[in-house]
Amino acid sequence: MAQIFHPAANPFARFSIFGAVFLAIGALWLTGAITRSAWFTRSNVARDQPVPFTHELHSGKLGLDCRYCHTSVEESPFAGLPPTQTCMNCHTQIWADAPMLEPVRQSWQTGRPIAWTRVYDLADFCAFDHSIHLRKGIGCSTCHGSVDRMPLMWQTVSLFMEWCLDCHRQPERFIRPREAVFRMDDEPPLDQPRIGRELVERYHVRPSTDCTTCHR
Amino acid sequence: MKYSKCLISLLFSLVGCHQRDMEDQPRADPLEASAFFEDGQAARPLVEGTVARGHLRVDEHLFRGRVNGAPAGTFPFQITRADLERGRERYAVFCAPCHDLVGAGQGMVVRRGYQPPPSFHIDRLRQAPIGHFFQVMTEGLGAMPSYAHQVPPHDRWRIAAYVRALQLSQHALLDDVPPQEREKLRWKP
Ligand code: HEC
Ligand code: HEC
Ligand code: HEC
Ligand code: HEC
Ligand code: HEC
Ligand code: HEC
Repeated sequence: MAQIFHPAANPFARFSIFGAVFLAIGALWLTGAITRSAWFTRSNVARDQPVPFTHELHSGKLGLDCRYCHTSVEESPFAGLPPTQTCMNCHTQIWADAPMLEPVRQSWQTGRPIAWTRVYDLADFCAFDHSIHLRKGIGCSTCHGSVDRMPLMWQTVSLFMEWCLDCHRQPERFIRPREAVFRMDDEPPLDQPRIGRELVERYHVRPSTDCTTCHR
Repeated sequence: MKYSKCLISLLFSLVGCHQRDMEDQPRADPLEASAFFEDGQAARPLVEGTVARGHLRVDEHLFRGRVNGAPAGTFPFQITRADLERGRERYAVFCAPCHDLVGAGQGMVVRRGYQPPPSFHIDRLRQAPIGHFFQVMTEGLGAMPSYAHQVPPHDRWRIAAYVRALQLSQHALLDDVPPQEREKLRWKP
């Protein structure tokens, strides 16, 4: 049988085998990069809400404590979102006729809750519990960022499993005194390595990385 | 035989890819919306005329701040230092936005236009029985909203205790200070 390819084509053949390997690696890297990108995890994208509720004003400028609205965050897995009644504590008098707040008044009159768009939403096969994290000295801003500077809420972390594990393996990098869990500055202090080890000792912090801790 | 095993495992792994079902499982999470119930909420309200186990509230003193119909003059449980500390924390969260941290009634929300509440340090409120504070928190009063849905009853008593402590702190005389502590109050240049 006559040769189809000229011997001069040999380098091409070698090169294309070589190239295929690179192409495969490149494709893998690209999928990795895409799934990790903010575009895919939808982090750093402010979500639209039925009412333009701002944490920047309510927590930042007015200085309301997180627990004023997220009342169950210390005692239960679920932080809770405020019922309309909580908004009406103040908005019966403040901006009582503002068109912006029409959905709130509507909800107050009909008894139908406001349908907030969820921002942080783990897959249903993961168990998460706020109360234990607060009791062991993990602050809101470690996971939710500087909420008091967000006009609309956005997600500041990927919520990947590796993000959870990153801290469960080395909690001393993030832990802070229990009194400071509601403080909003998320930069750890300069002597975090020392403070961190001390607090891990004091609070007996031993986060588990067993699969069944989070997948039950 | 070998091929069919391969095929089966391949099928299983394909099924594994069908992950959305696991991410959003057919159960109701807290506060989730529901297409099933008429009011659109997965969380069900109590059936009218029923009481959840452990939620029976017949103790007039503990839950309504009344004894024989009049505002109670005593606490329903012993107030310890820990209770006062808890009261301080809760006061700062729930009351300070309007009443401010010393109770003068000049909180952040008042400065933005809410009707100013009276100071806690007026004679009428200094003389008021402790049950009055509990009642105001529980039922609301005029422009003051009810805090019953945000603060559980025991915490409301602790806040009341802390408000009493605030009143004492703003109305203390030198004679109230134990003699061994008085030296500390002396002005030192
Ligand atoms: C005045 C009431 C109020 C206060 C105070 C408040 N929040 Fe919120 N928070 C809300 C409301 C309403 C929503 C739902 C709308 C939204 O996502 O912006 C929300 C949503 C959130 C969410 C996103 C929840 C989700 O997954 O959809 C986070 C995280 C959060 N708050 C954290 C905080 C932290 C941390 C603080 C304290 C600094 C705080 N909030 C103080 C009312 C409040
Ligand atoms: C403790 C009192 C308080 C509570 C509770 C409260 N607000 Fe407000 N809210 C205010 C004040 C004060 C302002 C701003 C007034 C000003 O700018 O002078 C405001 C302003 C707003 C605005 C206008 C923001 C802008 O763009 O200027 C919106 C929208 C709003 N609130 C929504 C809500 C919703 C929704 C809730 C319930 C989750 C809520 N608020 C609970 C006190 C409160
Ligand atoms: C260890 C990380 C972590 C810390 C610390 C943390 N959160 Fe969260 N938060 C989460 C995760 C993860 C979710 C999503 C939970 C889910 O979907 O089940 C969430 C959800 C929420 C929600 C939505 C309602 C809910 O419970 O699902 C609110 C509101 C909230 N957090 C507020 C807070 C506040 C306020 C604090 C501080 C007191 C805080 N969080 C501290 C990780 C954290
Ligand atoms: C910034 C640090 C940090 C992050 C991020 C974090 N955790 Fe934790 N987690 C802790 C600490 C500290 C504990 C307490 C360990 C102990 O009990 O000593 C804990 C405990 C837990 C527990 C309770 C374990 C038990 O024994 O019951 C669960 C469940 C959990 N974490 C789930 C998660 C999930 C799911 C995520 C990711 C969405 C997450 N955590 C992210 C620090 C973190
Ligand atoms: C600290 C909590 C935690 C522990 C411990 C943990 N996981 Fe996860 N896992 C998560 C979270 C959170 C997600 C959700 C990630 C997402 O939504 O992308 C997840 C997702 C997964 C997924 C789905 C992957 C995907 O791409 O969605 C698998 C499979 C999994 N975990 C297996 C395991 C196994 C096996 C172990 C034990 C070695 C384990 N996990 C331990 C928190 C945990
Ligand atoms: C939204 C602002 C606001 C908040 C938050 C608030 N109050 Fe008030 N409070 C008021 C106003 C306004 C009045 C004046 C009511 C009137 O006379 O119409 C008042 C009055 C009072 C009075 C005096 C009642 C009397 O006999 O005159 C007491 C006691 C009181 N509040 C206690 C509390 C406690 C305790 C808390 C915390 C749980 C609290 N308040 C939180 C606005 C508030």
